[in-house]
Amino acid sequence: MSASLTLVIVMAAMYAAGIYIMLERSLTRVLIGFLLVGNATNLLIFIMSGRPGSSPIVTGTPLDDTMVDPLPQVLMLTAIVINFGITALLLALIYRSWWLAQLGDEGDTLTDEHAADTTEDSQITFRSSTDDEAAVQASLDASEDGSDDDSSGVDATDRSDERVPPPSGDAPSDREGGTR
Amino acid sequence: MNVLVPLVVAIPLLGAALAIALGRRSRYQVAVSVLTLVSVVVISTILLVLVDQQGPAVVNVGGWQPPFGIVLVVDRLSAIMLLVSALMLLGVLLFAVGQGIVDSNRETPVSIFHPTYLVLSAGLFNAFIAGDLFNMYVGFEMLLSASYVLLTLGGTGARIRAGVTYIVVSLISSILFLSAIALIYGATGTVTLALLAERIPQLPGDVQLILGLMLLIAFSVKAAVFPLSFWLPDSYPTAPAPVTAVFAGLLTKVGVYAILRTQTLLFPDNPLQVPLMIVALLTMVIGIFGALAQADIKRLLSFTLVSHIGYMIFGIALGTEAAIAATIFYVVHHIMIQTTLFLCAGLIERIGGTTSLARLGGMLKAAPLVAILFFIGALNLGGIPPFSGFLGKVALFDAGVQVGGALSYLLLAGGAATSLLTLYALARAWNMAFWRPRRDVENYDSAVLDALQDDPHDEGTVKTKTTSPLMTAATATMLALTVSLTVFAGPVFDLTARAAADIVEPATYIDAVFPGGAP
Repeated sequence: MSASLTLVIVMAAMYAAGIYIMLERSLTRVLIGFLLVGNATNLLIFIMSGRPGSSPIVTGTPLDDTMVDPLPQVLMLTAIVINFGITALLLALIYRSWWLAQLGDEGDTLTDEHAADTTEDSQITFRSSTDDEAAVQASLDASEDGSDDDSSGVDATDRSDERVPPPSGDAPSDREGGTR
Repeated sequence: MNVLVPLVVAIPLLGAALAIALGRRSRYQVAVSVLTLVSVVVISTILLVLVDQQGPAVVNVGGWQPPFGIVLVVDRLSAIMLLVSALMLLGVLLFAVGQGIVDSNRETPVSIFHPTYLVLSAGLFNAFIAGDLFNMYVGFEMLLSASYVLLTLGGTGARIRAGVTYIVVSLISSILFLSAIALIYGATGTVTLALLAERIPQLPGDVQLILGLMLLIAFSVKAAVFPLSFWLPDSYPTAPAPVTAVFAGLLTKVGVYAILRTQTLLFPDNPLQVPLMIVALLTMVIGIFGALAQADIKRLLSFTLVSHIGYMIFGIALGTEAAIAATIFYVVHHIMIQTTLFLCAGLIERIGGTTSLARLGGMLKAAPLVAILFFIGALNLGGIPPFSGFLGKVALFDAGVQVGGALSYLLLAGGAATSLLTLYALARAWNMAFWRPRRDVENYDSAVLDALQDDPHDEGTVKTKTTSPLMTAATATMLALTVSLTVFAGPVFDLTARAAADIVEPATYIDAVFPGGAP
């Protein structure tokens, strides 16, 4: 089996950089590190298919000597799809943890109401998802303002954007109910 | 019978799709997922009986012949794992349904929970029936992706925190697994297990060692073998009770299954016997020391989970037929008992409002049935005769004595000590939580209790919740299953002995996949 030296060097650099970045505490960097290492692994699989050749299986006899090994390409494709799905999930997780960091403890009480989904609860669910959106929006605005009172985005019922008063334990009662 | 093999993966996946489509109609969703798992239980029972009589079932997916296509293989080991995990998944699902009814589905949002749970089941079954390494990887990824969602269910701060640890650790082990597959493909030109079993022994010794070690490390992270077990006690306990129970019972055992499969089939010379035995000893002893220091029942159980993985690694390290038979029996026992105990912990949390021993008390009066369930479970896990935990350990120790050697006897001593310490930790938990009267909880003066470590993210006593009869019934049924494992230990042990005989002789597996001889 022979392999391209360039590919090997690229793979090694991606592994090294990826592992180095993954050691950071920040989740976003962990994600970037994971992407690098994951793609380095894909390259490793690709390198294992040996020297380049003609396209596999399309034409010619199955025992064509110049044909490239098709199996690693299939494995790579599957691995890429899996990595893609995991990346999407990690992005959602990063977004969620950023949101929790913004909202503090209030984040917990806001989301649990997503859970209600029997028919009689659906009204509450709709209201709460509006609350969520409002809270995110308020939180985004707060972070854009660069204001340092971190809990300013919490009062979800208040749609007026600037300088929302900090909550004084007067969160709507339907959000507090039962879950904690 | 070959038709049945792909169905164990296809039915849960179809069920998951249907469950998503049914969206907010929670009753139909529950019906779909229960039916799905019931049918998998039925199919795996039939498979186990047929495979036991007629030998391994092999399916070439899409009609492609083995080295080129995907091959699914169910031998006795796979069939046992399929049946046990399907039973556990069904039991926990019923528990979750019961919990959903009384909570109006707050804790386990039904629209997300059921499809994800079924995908997890499909991934689990896929890993068990995979006849090639890459398909096993795909099965692992399916169950892991589903487990990421289940672990962070609800997205509260504590769960995100726990989920991040779990996800990052799992990702790294997956990447290691995939790299190992790439290298194995480079070295042998195949990923089919049966063909690898022929080709890997022909490789140079050091190449074999590296490949074996990479697979072993990747699987050890999933199986939570010391020193790769640090992530487990921090991540499992925060999830909802049914999710923790499934993770504890099944997710670590997939890792053990993968180690068992690859080490016996691909590396039959057992070059890693001594390191594996040392690691097994450390897993047992350090795990149980961790359990002794915990004041939180869920964390305590997580540490005993890590600790008892050591017994299985010990059996795999010994590698003789008797040891493998004992290991398979122990895996079955441990899946059942650990799942049941975590469900008990879920019941305790609902009735007592906490799982911290510092604040629990008087549970015997409040919930006598749960007290009995937890007590029998604790005795079983601790290895008190005549329960299956005792039988499994005796079989394992017996195999260890047959092999002999100083290290083997050291492991026997470590295993016996671990068993006693498990009993001590669980008996203490039972005494504190159930036996101690409620009025003694305040101002309770005990040097032992003060020395215990509470959950660092403990949120204090929460409001107690009602339990539905379905939850208790599901837990009781699963405990009855573990007790029946004791009653029917003879036939079960014969079955695991036959499974072990298949495994120590890789030719059985190879002949099943390549009836005309390996290419």
